[in-house]
Amino acid sequence: MMPIVVAADVRKTFGSVQALNGVSMEIPAGQVLCIVGPSGSGKSTLLRCINQLERIDSGAIWVDGELVGYRRVGDKLYELTDSEIARQRLTSGMVFQRFNLFQHMTALENIIEGPVTVQKRRRNEVTDEAMVLLERVGLSAKRDAYPSELSGGQQQRVAIARALAMKPKLMLFDEPTSALDPELVGEVLAVMKDLARSGMTMIVVTHELGFAREVANEVVFMDRGAIVERGSPQEVLVHPQQQRTRDFIAAVLA
Amino acid sequence: MSSTTAPSSIGTGQTARFDPSIAHLTHVPRRHYGRWIASALILAAFALVVKSFAEGQIDWAVVGQFFTAQSIISGLGNTIIMTICAMALGITLGVLFAILVMSPNPVLKGIAVFYIWFFRGTPLLLQLLLWFNLALVFPRIGIPGLFEARVVDVMTPFVATLLGLGINQGAYTAEVVRSGILSVDAGQTEAAKAIGMTRLTTLRRIVLPQAMRVIIPPVGNEVISMVKLTSIASVIGFAEVLRNAQTIYYANARVIELLIVSAGWYLIIVTVLSIGQHFLERYFARGSGRRSRPAAPSAVES
Repeated sequence: MMPIVVAADVRKTFGSVQALNGVSMEIPAGQVLCIVGPSGSGKSTLLRCINQLERIDSGAIWVDGELVGYRRVGDKLYELTDSEIARQRLTSGMVFQRFNLFQHMTALENIIEGPVTVQKRRRNEVTDEAMVLLERVGLSAKRDAYPSELSGGQQQRVAIARALAMKPKLMLFDEPTSALDPELVGEVLAVMKDLARSGMTMIVVTHELGFAREVANEVVFMDRGAIVERGSPQEVLVHPQQQRTRDFIAAVLA
Repeated sequence: MSSTTAPSSIGTGQTARFDPSIAHLTHVPRRHYGRWIASALILAAFALVVKSFAEGQIDWAVVGQFFTAQSIISGLGNTIIMTICAMALGITLGVLFAILVMSPNPVLKGIAVFYIWFFRGTPLLLQLLLWFNLALVFPRIGIPGLFEARVVDVMTPFVATLLGLGINQGAYTAEVVRSGILSVDAGQTEAAKAIGMTRLTTLRRIVLPQAMRVIIPPVGNEVISMVKLTSIASVIGFAEVLRNAQTIYYANARVIELLIVSAGWYLIIVTVLSIGQHFLERYFARGSGRRSRPAAPSAVES
């Protein structure tokens, strides 16, 4: 099966900090991959490089068979234009730690904004789809609520619906439950589990080891900008081979 | 703090004994004698000022007579038209240059920085005189073969005032718009990018609408300020309300009366605008209230 994401020797520095230190990986379509690791390990940066919220310094990333951010001419890679990058981003949907719902739009408006403004689709057709998505995340009653009138968990569920409305082939989750009150984590994870069951390809940066164990096909442990260990949830989270992985899991479970 | 520990912490000894029988006594608020004295003095001073104006060399009948004089009303019309046109130009330039100033292109950014530096750095009166006397630098303007005109004919007092006030206003509004754009959380831009928006679409659909909440109140202030700034154009002969009042008092020597007439009209316009601004700010304060609690878990879970 063709991998949906391929990363080859990806490097990225912020000032003097090596955020990604030569990361290579392949992610098959239809898989749920969880990336775990201590903060500053580069896991969020990797996710943000995949949909080009960050530019990589060297290496290459392919999403859905397409080289991300560059066009190869001969032996050089030329950076793409703003609108070409925008088009490439349509392949993936992104869910942020801080939800980032558009504050001046209702839940429904947030969801239809992309399809109507970016994909130029007809508003009433998109609205019908958006209502189905709201139903799916259990928020039909909140269609006209502004983000500030919603709890964190509700905002994150709307944010997931907003990303799904673009019909992406791949969903990226950047610590989707880290900013939530503990009692609201479950409702977001439930929506994500439902999404995983539907066959969506998902890359999830998370601290929820329980979720990773239950839902992930594969788990990657990252530390200091590199992949330390990769395997099934059982292998990485229950019987880790590397000392750093063991230390991290012990610290999280403590 | 628990109620059982409070009494013992306050009263060591004498208040440790409670007398519940005083609970029914009437509470008497403190008297503010100082306020009464101050108020009386200020009112007395105010009465003296009013009295001296009433008895002074002001012919109030003349004020009433000229308040709705044809020339004053047409000047008032010009003041209002100029305020609207100059503000429209100022806001347009302000948004444009705010975007340019944040542009990654160093040339565009440089031009915007120069614009703001120059027009904020020189007096408005000087700029008006520069525009009005532009014919001394460029006698003729035009596109060769298409049209040509003498600058003296083009640069009427109206055009010179519009350019002077509007372009100057743009430099200030650019800073207001820039701070408005900066006030929008970076996460909003990232979310917009993530759903495939280009930079311009993000600005138009996501950033500017939210920046308006920060931009509108100071721009409201600047509209009020602009109403009065138009009076500066009297020096280059633009027939706004103050200029027309001056023309009248050069003829009839009723200087103070006609200045009072203009002052009255400025106050009326500004009062109306202030009321408008109050409602506008209340509207946008409601918006910012929405934003000030982004992750509030206040709503009931469904």
